Amino acid sequence: MATYQEFIQQNEDRDGVRFSWNVWPSSRLEATRMVVPLGALYTPIKERPDLPPIQYDPVLCTRPTCRAILNPYCQVDYRAKIWSCNFCFQRNPFPPQYAAITEQHQPAEIIPQFSTIEYTITRATCAPPVYLIVLDTCMDDDDLQAVKESLQMSLSLLPPNALIGLITYGKMVQLHELGCEGCSKSYVFRGTKDLNAKQIQDMLGIGKGATSAQGRGQQQQQQQLPSNRFLQPVHKCDFSLTDLLGELQRDPWPVAQGKRPLRSTGVALSIAVGLLECTFPNTGARIMLFMGGACTQGPGMVVGEELKFPIRSHHDIEKDNCKYMKKAMKHYEGLANRAASNGHVIDIYSCALDQTGLHEMKFCSRYTGGHMVMGDSFNTSLFKQTFQRVFSKDAKSEFKMAFGATLEVKTSRELKVSGAIGPCVSLGVKSSSVADTEMGLGGTCQWKMCGLYPNTTLAFFFEVVNQHNAPIPQGGRGYIQFISQYQHSSGQRRVRVTTVARNWADASTNIQHISAGFDQEAAAVLMARTAVFRAETDDGPDVLRWLDRMLIRLCQKFGDYHRDDQNSFRFSENFSLYPQFMFHLRRSQFLQVFNNSPDETSYYRHMLNIEDLTQSLIMIQPILYAYSFSGTPEPVLLDTSSIQPDRILLMDTFFQIVIYHGETISQWRQQKYQDLPEYENFKQLLQAPVDDAQEILQTRFPMPRYIDTEAGGSQARFLLSRVNPTQTHNNMYAYGSGGAGVSIYIVIWWLSSHSVLFSNIIMSFIYSNICLL
Amino acid sequence: MNPQYHGQYGQGPPVGQGGPVSSAGYGGPAPGPPGPRPMYNGQPMQGQGQFAGPGKQMPVQNGPQMGPPSNMGGPQGDLQYGQARPPGPGPNQFPQRGPAPPGGMGGPRGPGPNPSMMPGQGPNQLNAQMGNMNISGPPTRGPSQPTMGGMPPMGSSTGMTPGYNTAPVIGGGSGPPSNLPPNSLGGPPTGSNTGMPGPRPHGMGGMMPPRSTPQPSNTYGGPPSSSQGLPPTTGGYGQPNSMATGPLGGQPPISSSYGQPPVSMGGMQQPGFPPPPSSSSGPPNMGMQPPGGMPPPSSTSQGNFPPTSSYGGPQPGGPIPGGFPPTSNMAAPGFNQPPTGFPPMGGQTPVSQGFQSPGSQDMSHGQYGGNQPPQFNQGFPAPQPGRPGMPGMQPASMQQPQKRLDPDQMPSPIQVIQDDRNNRSGTFSTAGKGVVPPLVTTQFITSDQGSCNPAFLRSTMYNVPCTSDMLKNSHIPFALTISPFAKLQTEEHPPPIVNLGELGPVRCKRCKAYMNPNMMFIDGGRRFQCVFCGAATDVPDAYFAHLDHTGRRVDSYDRPELCLGSYEFVATKDYCKDSILPNAPAFIFMIDVSYKAVKCGLVNLICERLKKDILLNLPKEIGAEKSEIRVAFVTYGKEIHFYNVKGALAQPQMLVVSDVDDVFVPLLDGFFVTLEESESVIDSLLTQIPQMFSDSRETEVILGPVIQAGLDALKSADRAGKLYIFHTSLPIGEAPGKLKNRDDRKLLGTDKEKTILSPQSKFYSQLGQECVSAGCSVDVFLFPDTYCDVATISDICRLTSGNMYKYSYFQADLDGDRFIEDFKNNVQSQRAFDAIVRVRTSQGIRPVDFLGNFYMSNTTDVEMCAIDSNQAISVEIKHDDKLKEQEGAFVQVAVLFTSVSGQRRLRIHNLSLNCCTQLADLFRNCELDTFINYMSKYAIRNTLNKSPRETREHIMTEVANVLACYRKNCASPSSAGQLILPECMKLLPLYGNCVIKSDGIQGGQDISTDDRSYLMHLTNAMDVKSSCAFFYPRLIPLHDLDPSGTTLPSAMRCSAERLQDNGVYLLENGVSMFIWIGHSVDPDWIQKVFSVQSAAQIDIDKCRLHELENEISHRVRDVVNQVRAQRNRYMKLTIVRQRDKLEPWFNHFLVEDKGQNGSASYVDFLCHIHKEIRNLLN
Repeated sequence: MATYQEFIQQNEDRDGVRFSWNVWPSSRLEATRMVVPLGALYTPIKERPDLPPIQYDPVLCTRPTCRAILNPYCQVDYRAKIWSCNFCFQRNPFPPQYAAITEQHQPAEIIPQFSTIEYTITRATCAPPVYLIVLDTCMDDDDLQAVKESLQMSLSLLPPNALIGLITYGKMVQLHELGCEGCSKSYVFRGTKDLNAKQIQDMLGIGKGATSAQGRGQQQQQQQLPSNRFLQPVHKCDFSLTDLLGELQRDPWPVAQGKRPLRSTGVALSIAVGLLECTFPNTGARIMLFMGGACTQGPGMVVGEELKFPIRSHHDIEKDNCKYMKKAMKHYEGLANRAASNGHVIDIYSCALDQTGLHEMKFCSRYTGGHMVMGDSFNTSLFKQTFQRVFSKDAKSEFKMAFGATLEVKTSRELKVSGAIGPCVSLGVKSSSVADTEMGLGGTCQWKMCGLYPNTTLAFFFEVVNQHNAPIPQGGRGYIQFISQYQHSSGQRRVRVTTVARNWADASTNIQHISAGFDQEAAAVLMARTAVFRAETDDGPDVLRWLDRMLIRLCQKFGDYHRDDQNSFRFSENFSLYPQFMFHLRRSQFLQVFNNSPDETSYYRHMLNIEDLTQSLIMIQPILYAYSFSGTPEPVLLDTSSIQPDRILLMDTFFQIVIYHGETISQWRQQKYQDLPEYENFKQLLQAPVDDAQEILQTRFPMPRYIDTEAGGSQARFLLSRVNPTQTHNNMYAYGSGGAGVSIYIVIWWLSSHSVLFSNIIMSFIYSNICLL
Repeated sequence: MNPQYHGQYGQGPPVGQGGPVSSAGYGGPAPGPPGPRPMYNGQPMQGQGQFAGPGKQMPVQNGPQMGPPSNMGGPQGDLQYGQARPPGPGPNQFPQRGPAPPGGMGGPRGPGPNPSMMPGQGPNQLNAQMGNMNISGPPTRGPSQPTMGGMPPMGSSTGMTPGYNTAPVIGGGSGPPSNLPPNSLGGPPTGSNTGMPGPRPHGMGGMMPPRSTPQPSNTYGGPPSSSQGLPPTTGGYGQPNSMATGPLGGQPPISSSYGQPPVSMGGMQQPGFPPPPSSSSGPPNMGMQPPGGMPPPSSTSQGNFPPTSSYGGPQPGGPIPGGFPPTSNMAAPGFNQPPTGFPPMGGQTPVSQGFQSPGSQDMSHGQYGGNQPPQFNQGFPAPQPGRPGMPGMQPASMQQPQKRLDPDQMPSPIQVIQDDRNNRSGTFSTAGKGVVPPLVTTQFITSDQGSCNPAFLRSTMYNVPCTSDMLKNSHIPFALTISPFAKLQTEEHPPPIVNLGELGPVRCKRCKAYMNPNMMFIDGGRRFQCVFCGAATDVPDAYFAHLDHTGRRVDSYDRPELCLGSYEFVATKDYCKDSILPNAPAFIFMIDVSYKAVKCGLVNLICERLKKDILLNLPKEIGAEKSEIRVAFVTYGKEIHFYNVKGALAQPQMLVVSDVDDVFVPLLDGFFVTLEESESVIDSLLTQIPQMFSDSRETEVILGPVIQAGLDALKSADRAGKLYIFHTSLPIGEAPGKLKNRDDRKLLGTDKEKTILSPQSKFYSQLGQECVSAGCSVDVFLFPDTYCDVATISDICRLTSGNMYKYSYFQADLDGDRFIEDFKNNVQSQRAFDAIVRVRTSQGIRPVDFLGNFYMSNTTDVEMCAIDSNQAISVEIKHDDKLKEQEGAFVQVAVLFTSVSGQRRLRIHNLSLNCCTQLADLFRNCELDTFINYMSKYAIRNTLNKSPRETREHIMTEVANVLACYRKNCASPSSAGQLILPECMKLLPLYGNCVIKSDGIQGGQDISTDDRSYLMHLTNAMDVKSSCAFFYPRLIPLHDLDPSGTTLPSAMRCSAERLQDNGVYLLENGVSMFIWIGHSVDPDWIQKVFSVQSAAQIDIDKCRLHELENEISHRVRDVVNQVRAQRNRYMKLTIVRQRDKLEPWFNHFLVEDKGQNGSASYVDFLCHIHKEIRNLLN
């Protein structure tokens, strides 16, 4: 293995794991001094087309408290047909079917390259997934038409055996019975009254006797009948559903002037959750909520009916001046928890010019691993393509989605897991691997992710429990095993097992080993997740202060400098970008709420919370490419200095793709030079960023907002707001000196210039640190 | 009143003997009513005197002849009977009493004569009563009023006798005392004649006798009873009425009354009589009677007097008098009585009113004993004797009836109706102030001349007492029964619509009364003076017109509001809720689709017929091409299904609301539609509904939320309207308005009955009030198989002016047509929505009490969510000051409503009444049917607040008070024992009894709780025409139909006695209809009508008249159809075979008979009332 860089890359490719530290400090104390916590970003169902299909069950360690799965790091005694668990050192006999095992004839799970392997549990029943559409009808005809078409289109994308259901809502909530001949039928609920699952069950006349009649086939079938009225296989009802959607009208209740339409999102969602809860508990199901505005009545109400009272802003939240927010959040969080505990996903597709209450509803997606999509209108390609991409398929033409995953983390003795941050909920399972301290959702070794897709990534945090004076653990390696059980989109039950091992090093003596194993990208993302997680509950400034402190401490610990000489500061290569990341993180929309609505903030944070490392980095620090006649496209600094009249810039912030034409280019373009045959090259120049943008657009989910602008254009603000304003403020520093130095100076400058806003204590702290540098 | 009686009697008599005279009398009666009455009274007196015994009758009927004797006999006879009865049949009596026999004898004679007379006339009554005795006797005496004769003996004889006498009295009991017995028996004659013979006339004297005979038995039951059922009768009375009828009381009193005879009498009427009789009469009676000169009277005109008078024209009294010299004169009667005291009077008196008095007396005896009549007679007679003068009177009046009154001698509704029909058919002009309109049973065309059509508004009195005291004294309630949207005859014009544009209706500035023909224009037409409050209001410029030389506006005849009694104004925004003109009303059809509803075929039936029969016949504005009514559809079981039937949809959409705890309306657009815009979707919906629910398993049905949903829908659509709910069972579904089964039939008829007749919870009442405020009327069609708590459910119908229909054990194939007819009728008859009725009256009086199905949130405005053409409310008016006789009294009923097309309008009805200072004027201008209508509604209210006994007694007291007032203030003085009835009110006792007996008011355990509540609900909104038929059912013989006839055959009195074994009869009361088939009916007839060979083969479960091609079948169906067409509801036809299990039920409707539950027969009741009156007078 040549470099850590390669090692990291290889590990990521194979296991979907990135650690902040790839060599682990061997004691608790040392670990805490590393500043950046020991953590991992794990992508449970990372696309691995090369994995062999394993059709048998995994072999478990027989120790009841361990139950780790046989993996390549286990020692195997081929003669005795015994393997010893690398987590608890239990010696386990192989099960009978492994009798033929030899060194030459190994099962896949003990072959080193299969440190990640996937089992398919064949005996589990394959329940088809359930899709429950929850559609807001209070929207413009255009929007409604667009969303109807999208839905009709999606019918053709769904597997024919998938069950589908439809709920529409406006002032009332309608649960449609599908497949009725001659007279369409729906159950209607008041939009102002919350119902629990039991009530819904009673009102719909479903699930009766579900408890009494366990198991008997016939009876079960009968039980299913009622629910089948609402959830029918796509192949049986696609015609009627298409017609039904076709006949859907916008909510007929009159909307008085100066009022918002009455929208019962809260109840609609509650009914959707309740319906699935009593008909298909613990079966993969997606509730797909399409909303064109904020909930204006009933539980989950986000904003009042009167237009003169605008929806809450960050300012209002800060002032505690939003009368509906807390109640609404409680409502949605409750729903999210119910859905999560039943293994159901809630997707939110919100398209409106104003906020729609994502801030309050974020739990729904976060807890269940659902999608959250925010757009301006359903009648845009942003929504249409995004939605289409939900049903995209992989090479094996299987949906890139999985349901009802449970992820368990096992650690070797020196290590414990202190929590996870990501689209999951804690299952509250204690084990010997659970740390006392909590980071994110802690206190458990198992998490549930109701919905996940190949990019879904969780951040795990670990705690080294070895005491300072204890020796480096036996074998010098620590192990972590991630066991994810999930329902594949095909309905199969699968178990993916990833086992990773890392070396221990004594930080007091071998700090350089440890620092060499630093993965600044993973660290940045882990810090970002942590910061965002904190921001959800803590005060914004506190989080920033915490970030600053962490950065400074890291610089202090791993920086290389002479006291009293600012310019002497150096970071090693694998730390060099970290301050930049932190800088951009600090001023990103994830932590800065200025100019963002609470909905946007929630949306951005949601994506950061889900996406994998690469995408997360883009979110944290947008990528900027420059196109000019002077050479091939090149990445340039995210800095005002990169804005040149004769350049075209392509910025990818994950959420937006901005193509910015420099002043000269823009003028040329306006004069239509590109249309002149002699300026073919100009045409090509114009086309190049567009093509690159398309490439990104093709793969990204959700589809980013695509912005084509030029110098002086109103939309240029998307670019200008993200670039680093060096040219205006940074002249005092050695502009253009390049490398890490620039970044750190920027950070330092930035920290210092901004900290005036902070309390004196912070200021002095920062200054003192600067002095240190 | 009396006259009538007389009339009846009279008839009898005339026929019989006095034929001429009496006849005259009869004739008279009818015609001369007004004047006559007094005369009657007078007559009665006389009559009585004589009567006292049969004599009277005699006199009456027979004319003078009988008169005297009869009297004699009568009284005695009565007594005897009285006594006798208790013991046993007339015969028995005799035996018992030594005297009796003789009396009987005498009786016979008396009766005899009577009978003879009777035959022609009313001998029946008498005879009937007399029956036994009579039989033999009758003939003989017939002529003579020997009855009288009988009397004496009677009197003398024993107590018994007396009673007896009475009976005979009539007869001519006058006849020698000896006769008495016979008289009493007089019955004999009757017997012979029995029913027929003397019935009427003698009724009085003869009465007794007749009774004795079989016929009488019925009526008099009592007396006859002795012979026949008497005892029982008596019992009946006593018991039922509480009267004391009981033989016991009866007797004693009687005796008293008659004096000794009274005793006997007492037997009869005891109670009543007792007092009076006992007092003086007692012995005297006897004596009296005989003397009663019954003979004399008899001699005189005999029968005439009493009878005649009575009959003749009761009023005609005149005639009577004429008939008899003595009698002839009113005075005479009056005098007579006194003078005649007994004998003399008798003779003459009889003439006069014979009836009443005689009747009464006789009756009394009879009655008490067995029947009232006797009592009267006796009473009278006896009393008379006692008090010379008086007696006379009495006899005159009631006499007729003798002890056991002959039913035929008692005032007959059939006769009254017939007379009115004969005299008042044609055109009725409302021009005159305070003109009593023809009876509701009479076909007439109203010509609106400034007062409204009586179809809209009827008053209990058309001459209003000027003072409160006078009104109170009369005990007649001043009440109006208002059917603001009554259906008019095709020849009559609907009230024209006046549109004054933005000006709006012109109103008095002070009392807000609307412009009407009675407003007086002054100042050259610049102002008008309000006829109600007297304030002068400026005439708006736009409304100004000059006055002609008479002070009338020149445009009087161009403006309906200036010349008509009824018209409509188009209302302006000021008359609308929130000042917004209303939308067209809406109907929501809400169909129960539970298992039961599907299984009995209801759902299918409705869906199949809804469009054709209902939707295509929605009510529309006169002249409009299409209906503006919006319709909507809802089905429900445990949850509620709404349907979106918007025309643009390819198929209907069903929206299910299962949150029944908090129901709401899930849609707006597409719920309410008009037929034409959504026809195809509606068609498809109606096809779909039965399919969708064909396998319904729902058994727990809800109701409260359904109504709430309908209410909500109307509210949110901002429309007034109706909910048509088709419901099958007790709403036990878990939801608001859930009801529990609390049926306990045993409570009916007890003091606790109100607990199950009142709503079990406030839910429906409160909901009803909410409905009212939204203008939402609720009609419920019930199809129950079991108890479904009509008492609770009907409350919402009551408050919202909705109708309720009940089809027990509904099966679509059998009852479907009936239901659809009712449904159709209901829908078509809807005329007004979201209405407010306000009654304004002249200063000095004001409406104080309102009865009917509606809601009032204050004390003046009656809020009715919907008004159809059948609905009526009753309003009681009282004085708060004095009225001025010369000014008259005015009533204006204004109904602010939303029309079927959604136009806000005001319908105004004006009525002008006279004022009077004389009670006689009041009594002359009363409308009994309206009175009964009011009385029944009042009784319904009492039912829920008081014990059944109190309710019953209240009615009896009222009846007695009214009659006593008349007796005291209007009738010429006569013996206290005499029953004198005012012409206009002569049916009051009968109808009063019918009200008491009505299932709705006194239902016992023989009907279900639900039926009881249902009838109560119906009764509460009945218009006069319906209540008239409801309380006194119509009995029409079918077996002897004239195949070529086209009109309905005349009805018969409702009594089992009238049914012949070989007859077939149709009985109907507007709610139920029966065909009763005698066991020996002609098989050919059966074959022709039912196409089976014998009555036994008729499938009574499928009561349908087959359409057979033969004249009889055609005619029978024609009759049935005509009858149905006259009623608001399509009556279910039940076929009852004589003596089969349904017969008791059928008998229940024979209201003149004793009820199974111990309710009084007509005769008994009359006796009791008489007794009460006497009590009051003393």
